[in-house]
Amino acid sequence: MIELIDVALLCMMAVSALAVLWLRNLFAVAMLAGSYSLMAATLYVVLDAVDVAFTEAAVGAGISTVLMLGALTLVPHEEKPSGRHALSGLVVTVGLGALLIYATLDMPSFGDAGAPVHRHVANRYIEDSAAEVGLPNVVTSVLASYRGYDTLGETTVIFTAAIGVLAVLGWGGRPGRRRPPADGETRP
Amino acid sequence: MREKPILRVATKLLVPFILLFALYVQFHGDFGPGGGFQAGVIFASGFILYALVFGLDFARDALPAAVRRVGMSCGVLIYAGVGVAGMLTGGRYLDYSVLAADRLAGQHIGIFLVELGVGLCVFTALTTIFFVFAGRNRDLGPGD
Repeated sequence: MIELIDVALLCMMAVSALAVLWLRNLFAVAMLAGSYSLMAATLYVVLDAVDVAFTEAAVGAGISTVLMLGALTLVPHEEKPSGRHALSGLVVTVGLGALLIYATLDMPSFGDAGAPVHRHVANRYIEDSAAEVGLPNVVTSVLASYRGYDTLGETTVIFTAAIGVLAVLGWGGRPGRRRPPADGETRP
Repeated sequence: MREKPILRVATKLLVPFILLFALYVQFHGDFGPGGGFQAGVIFASGFILYALVFGLDFARDALPAAVRRVGMSCGVLIYAGVGVAGMLTGGRYLDYSVLAADRLAGQHIGIFLVELGVGLCVFTALTTIFFVFAGRNRDLGPGD
């Protein structure tokens, strides 16, 4: 049953990814990208990674879609046909894809208990985090305590992103440009 | 979108619950899925919904630029400050065990504060990014 859900979700993700490539209507592309993220989030739930699914649904399906729609209000809604298909691009993409698939042949099979990722620190987190950190949610223990430096770095990245956007698109209110509320409009 | 009554009423009903859910995700992240990052994103999405329906001017009144910028910096400072507090109380940087007499209580306090910093930073940073981008659009209102 789980395999059926996996296959159905992956097929839907593949179809939306292809549709994103083919469609020229950018509004539809933004919406499809959002639904792609939502399906990825569902896939993470099936894989029992609820924390990741939560983030994917909130950021990938929610905020990014809104940001893309915000960008769409500044550009035309139809993508201009480029008129030519670059053969070199196809060759590079297919070559890189083949290389990546070749690289996955070396990876341990899915769910292999002997895989390096399950033998490194994961056992310590699962077995000892209740005594060392004491939180029921091991993911929070890992993110906030064991990997506190990483999370500090991630928070700084978010902060830097906002600072960068402000630096490029402008600081502070420009006086005089603020529009007064239209007549008869009630404040919420 | 300012003259659509259904959207306005539905938004007014939804926003408090979105913010409440974000607070639940923030403070329940130790016990269930969620945490500061997700809570910050959900909190921001509440304000983004408000801005989309009522316009940027009202959203800016509710969440002024100064508050967002101070909140952004405070989020990172809270996180880094917890690390320094651990050093001052005799541990290493970002070692929460020394923050309280009991090891586990110290861990709990440290994680709570750190997640609070993450949530605050993510919330204010994302709303800032959205407000600045949306401010480029004449229909929603002037720039940030």
